[in-house]
Amino acid sequence: MAKFTTLTSHAVPLPAENVDTDQIIPARFLKVTDKHGLGDSLFCDWRYLKDGSDNPDFVLNEAASQGAQILIAGNNFGSGSSREHAPWALVGWGFRAIISTGFADIFKSNSLKNGLLPVEVSADAYKALMEAVQLDRSTRITVDLPTQSVTGPDGLEATFLIDAFSKHCLLEGIDQLGYLLSFDEQITSYEQQRT
Amino acid sequence: MEPRTLFQKVWDDHVVVQEPNRPAVLYIDLQLIHEVTSPQAFTGLRERGLKVRRPDKTIATMDHSTPTLPKALWVIDDQAKAQLGQLETNCKDFGVELFALGDSRNGIVHVIGPERGFTQPGKTIVCGDSHTSTHGAFGALAFGIGTSEVEHVLATQCLLQRKAKTLEVRVDGQLMPGVTAKDIILALCAEIGTGGGTGYVIEFTGSAIRGLDMEGRMTVCNMSIEAGARAGMIAPDETTFEYLKGRERVPQGADWDAAVERWSQLCTDEGAKFDKTVIIDANKLEPMITYGTNPGMGIQISGPMPTLESFDDFSQQAAFEKAMLYMDLEPGQPLLGKKIDVVFIGSCTNSRISDLRMAAGVFSGRKVADGVRTLVVPGSHDIKKQAESEGLDQIFKEAGAEWREPGCSMCIAMNGDNLEPGQYAVSTSNRNFEGRQGKGGRTFLASPLTAAAAAITGEVTDPRSLLLS
Repeated sequence: MAKFTTLTSHAVPLPAENVDTDQIIPARFLKVTDKHGLGDSLFCDWRYLKDGSDNPDFVLNEAASQGAQILIAGNNFGSGSSREHAPWALVGWGFRAIISTGFADIFKSNSLKNGLLPVEVSADAYKALMEAVQLDRSTRITVDLPTQSVTGPDGLEATFLIDAFSKHCLLEGIDQLGYLLSFDEQITSYEQQRT
Repeated sequence: MEPRTLFQKVWDDHVVVQEPNRPAVLYIDLQLIHEVTSPQAFTGLRERGLKVRRPDKTIATMDHSTPTLPKALWVIDDQAKAQLGQLETNCKDFGVELFALGDSRNGIVHVIGPERGFTQPGKTIVCGDSHTSTHGAFGALAFGIGTSEVEHVLATQCLLQRKAKTLEVRVDGQLMPGVTAKDIILALCAEIGTGGGTGYVIEFTGSAIRGLDMEGRMTVCNMSIEAGARAGMIAPDETTFEYLKGRERVPQGADWDAAVERWSQLCTDEGAKFDKTVIIDANKLEPMITYGTNPGMGIQISGPMPTLESFDDFSQQAAFEKAMLYMDLEPGQPLLGKKIDVVFIGSCTNSRISDLRMAAGVFSGRKVADGVRTLVVPGSHDIKKQAESEGLDQIFKEAGAEWREPGCSMCIAMNGDNLEPGQYAVSTSNRNFEGRQGKGGRTFLASPLTAAAAAITGEVTDPRSLLLS
C-alpha cells in the first residue's frame, strides 16, 4: 500500500449528503476481475450525459477539478454497499483524501486499506473548508497525517481523529495482511483450543 | 463476571489476540463468497503464494450477475461470464465448495447460508456484501467486508477489527394485520436515518421481535446496514432452534443437544448496558414506503411526503430537494395513488417462502394491473421448489406476474433485470439509491404485501385495503 504522510492539493467540492457507493461506482461496473481502470467510471451517472459525453454541470468535469487529490463531501459519505470498487474508483481518478463530517463504516475501512485517507472533521470545520473551496477553486488544502490536522486558507485549521493502528499503517505503507499473517501461531493455537 | 450483551459474548469468544492500541485479531467461523467481490482477493492470494487457510469454513455461490430466466433463455454478457468463470476456477484451485449456477443448492448468498444450516448462533460470519447482517437474525455476529478483508479472511481466517458500540432497538407490542417485519426496519431507517447506526452493532429486542418468525427476523437484520449499522443481532430462542433443527449443516443427534444448550446462553444478561437505545412501538406501526433516494426517506403509507420545512438543516433540505427532483415527486403530497410501472418481489431482504406466501395471498384470484411488469424472484432453488409445491407459482403466473429463477436480480440490476430510465417500481429490496435498479429508475421500497398490492392496482396502495376486501 502507498504511504500517506502529508498531502497538499486543491479540492473538489461535492456538498451532497449520503453519497452512496452506487453513485460512486454503479453496480454495472462491478463485473471486473481486477482493481484497475475504475477511475473512468467514478460517479458515472452524474458525470456523463446520456450520449456518453461529459456532463458540464458535474463538478468533476470542471477545469478547476482536474488534478485535485482531495474530495470534500457531505455527511455520511460512502453509505450503502461493501464494494471496495468505490475506493478503487476514487483512487483511480486521483483522490488521496476525502474530507467529510462522517463516513459509512465499511467504506471507511476499505479506504484505509487503499491509501485513501478519510478525514473526519467537525461540522464547523467542514463548513468553513467547503465555503473556502467553493469561493476559490484554486484554494489549497493540506492534510497532515502525523499531526492529524487539516490546514486551509486564512489560518483555517482543523483536527481529525484516526485510530492509531490505521495511522501507523498509512504512515509506513504497511499492508495489513502481512501483519495478520504474523499471528499464525496464535491463530493455530486458538483453532486447536476450539476443536 | 460483569453482565454482557449478546454482541460482547460473541466478540469475546472470537478474540485471538488483543494487543494494546491495536485492533483485535478476530476469528471468523464462516466466510461466504460470491462472484462480484472475490476475484481480486484470490488474485492477491496467488500473488503472495498463499492458500485458503480453512476451505472448510468457506462457501461460495453465484448470485449477483446470474440470469433469472430459464436456462434456454440465458443471456450472460462476456464480462459477467468471465467473472463467473473466475469464481469457478478460484474455488477449484483453492478447494472451496461452490454452489454454482445451475446447482440445485444455488441461491442468494444470504438465503442459502441459513437455509442449509451454515448460519448458526454464536458464529462470526463475513462476506464481501453489506447484507451479511442478515445472518445476525440467528444470534451470529455477521457483517459485510471489503475485498481486501475477503483476502485477509481467506488467508488467515481472521480479521482485524475494532469493537463496535452497541445499539439496542427495542420493538415492543404487536404488529397489526398488514404490517410486517419489513415495516419495522423501514420505520427504524426513517427514525434514525441511514447514518444513525454508524459505528454500532444493533441488537433487536422486545416482544414484537420475539413474535417474528426466522424469515421476518432475517428481513429486519438484513437492513441494519441501511440504518448505518454493520451488523444486527437477535438472541436465539426456540424459534431459532426450531428453524435450524435437521438442516443439512447443523450438528445432529447428541451434538445438536449440546449445541442448543450452548446457544441458549447467547442472550444479553440482565443489567448489561447498551451504548444507546431506540424504542419503537409496534402497535403504532403502519405499512411503510420510501419516497426518496435513500432508505431513510420513508413514510407511513397513508401519510404525506415531507416538505422542505420538515427539515431544519440546510444540507438535509438540499438532499431532500435533490431526491424529490430525481423521483419527480411533489413535496407534501401523499404517495398513495402514485402510478407505478414495475413491481419487484425478491432480494436477500424479501425472497423467502413466507415473503412469497404473503405476496401470493394478495395475488390470489386477482390480476396484475394492465401495463405493470411484475417480477417474482425466489431467493434460492429450495424456495422455488417449495413455492411450486404449494402452487404459489401458479398464483403468480395466473395473475400475470413473471415467475423467475433465483438470484439477486433487480435488487442490484447487474444481470439484465432492470428498470428503464424514468420508470417507477415498488420493490421489496433494500436500496432505493439513484439508479440502483437500473439507470434512471425510481424505487419505492416496501413490504411484499405492499408490493403485491401495487401490482394489482397499478399504483401505490395500502395493502390493508386488499387484505380486508
